[in-house]
Amino acid sequence: MIWNETKECMSRDQIQTLQSARLVKMVNNVYHNVEFYRKKMQQMGLEPGDIQGIEDLSKLPYTTKDDLRDNYPFGLFAVPESEIVRVHASSGTTGKATVVGYTRRDIEMWSECVARVLTMGGVGRNDKVQISYGYGLFTGGLGVHYGAENVGAMVVPLSTGNTKKQLTLMEDFGVTTICCTPSYLMYLTEALEEEGKVGKIKLKSAICGAEPWTDGMRNEIERRLGITAYDIYGLSEILGPGVAGDCEYHTGLHVYEDHFIPEIIDPKTLQPVAPGTVGELVFTPVTKEALPLFRYRTKDLTSISYDKCPCGRTMARLSRFQGRSDDMLIIRGVNVFPSQVEAALLEMGGVTPNYLLVVDRINNLDTLEVQVEADDSFNFDEIRELENMTKRIERTLEQALGVVAHVKLVEPKTLARSEGKAKRVIDNRKLY
Amino acid sequence: MLIKQLSVFIENREGRLLEVTDVLAKHDINIVTLSLADTSEYGILRVIVSDPERGREVLKEAGISAKFTDVIAVRVPNKSGQLQQILKVVSEAGSNIEYMYVLSTGVNSSVILKVSDTQPVADNLQKAGFILYKAEEVYSFQA
Repeated sequence: MIWNETKECMSRDQIQTLQSARLVKMVNNVYHNVEFYRKKMQQMGLEPGDIQGIEDLSKLPYTTKDDLRDNYPFGLFAVPESEIVRVHASSGTTGKATVVGYTRRDIEMWSECVARVLTMGGVGRNDKVQISYGYGLFTGGLGVHYGAENVGAMVVPLSTGNTKKQLTLMEDFGVTTICCTPSYLMYLTEALEEEGKVGKIKLKSAICGAEPWTDGMRNEIERRLGITAYDIYGLSEILGPGVAGDCEYHTGLHVYEDHFIPEIIDPKTLQPVAPGTVGELVFTPVTKEALPLFRYRTKDLTSISYDKCPCGRTMARLSRFQGRSDDMLIIRGVNVFPSQVEAALLEMGGVTPNYLLVVDRINNLDTLEVQVEADDSFNFDEIRELENMTKRIERTLEQALGVVAHVKLVEPKTLARSEGKAKRVIDNRKLY
Repeated sequence: MLIKQLSVFIENREGRLLEVTDVLAKHDINIVTLSLADTSEYGILRVIVSDPERGREVLKEAGISAKFTDVIAVRVPNKSGQLQQILKVVSEAGSNIEYMYVLSTGVNSSVILKVSDTQPVADNLQKAGFILYKAEEVYSFQA
């Protein structure tokens, strides 16, 4: 099934014509409504009229997460605040949140994109969809929720946590599709096996995203639950979940190019690279009303293909993600920057800002260990004091990062100093 | 009357304690007694050495952090109920024992006490008739 065949199966010519028209309109609108971009274009000697179509896309400036942060909270919105019907936020590099906004039409477009992904995953009006992504400022829960309602499915909005209830309702309601992070689904899989419920549930598919996962992990989930698992991709700055998704052939993520123009660039030279070459993924969301961004750098490394997929869809496909061009970690679906740890430690006192993050995946759940050096001035004569210190750091980090971290105190001056390139992260997970 | 104990924070890994004792041995610093508190991840080595100042210095040079902690060395007559008497004095002084370990001195036994108010407890113990070791005495215990 294809949700919107007219759009999803357009010829390359039609896609480019539509993208060009939408880009021209977007640039005009942004120039007149977003001071940040108008100034940037003026500095570059660029006028709206210089952008005649997608062949002129590379003339536009890039946008980064820092730009969003510098314009916190609503500085990049292109519509009056009265037009905004929803905001979401994600963690920023220094603890300041990255805020995104949506107009009523943006929410409709979002629901359309998620509906396309869900339909690709075989979800229809006869399905019962359990949404176990977090609801709230995180885009996962509400984003998928509206899409699932859009296809007409019965939505079970469970959000995260309370595993026992997740399993009970999944069985009692006859849930057919679950949407959550892949690591949480692995966790639920184990819980289902332990309770001997695998044969009793009606689950047939899973739509997983918000963190990178491997084909190996997908195959394992499929084998153990006897379901088909699909990938959904997105980021709040562009939309949230639903920017792209994969079909039953698993040949890459189909990008909804009628709304988001993808580019792959060399993260060093910032020049576009050829299809098939790995580089940083860049998006220009041409139909967003509230937050239209020029060439947003996702920092995700991937390659792109324009070949037609056996499923009949014509839109560009992204290959498996190869990593990131910055140091961001995704731990249990939460974006974590090592610099956040440093800032939190400095603010706290009593410890040096020298630390090492050790990320692992144990029993399919991400674990974060933060090794912190005890400050030389700290009086470590008693275990109790050291334990209090450890707990205090753990609380501080949990507040700053939004994920639980296990803190391990290490001897003063034993972690690498930050001169030059200190190794701050050891990631033992096999994600890419 | 108070004894300067060295407290050394060490990670709970193979060979780390050996490194500490190595440094002390190389500089001819005698370990009079010690106690080791441990958790799964780190430990605190509490050690009384013949020369605390130099001990701290040489450890620091070797990249090992050591802190001074004031403790009391009190003789425990080898009779039943003696330790109980000592604890009573500490308790009556309104102080709290944070840890305690044995100081071996041949036929006599002694304990090292770390309490929350060191000086007043030391005074009270003496008033109650217990013999406290002087710091120099403790540092110079040798076989």
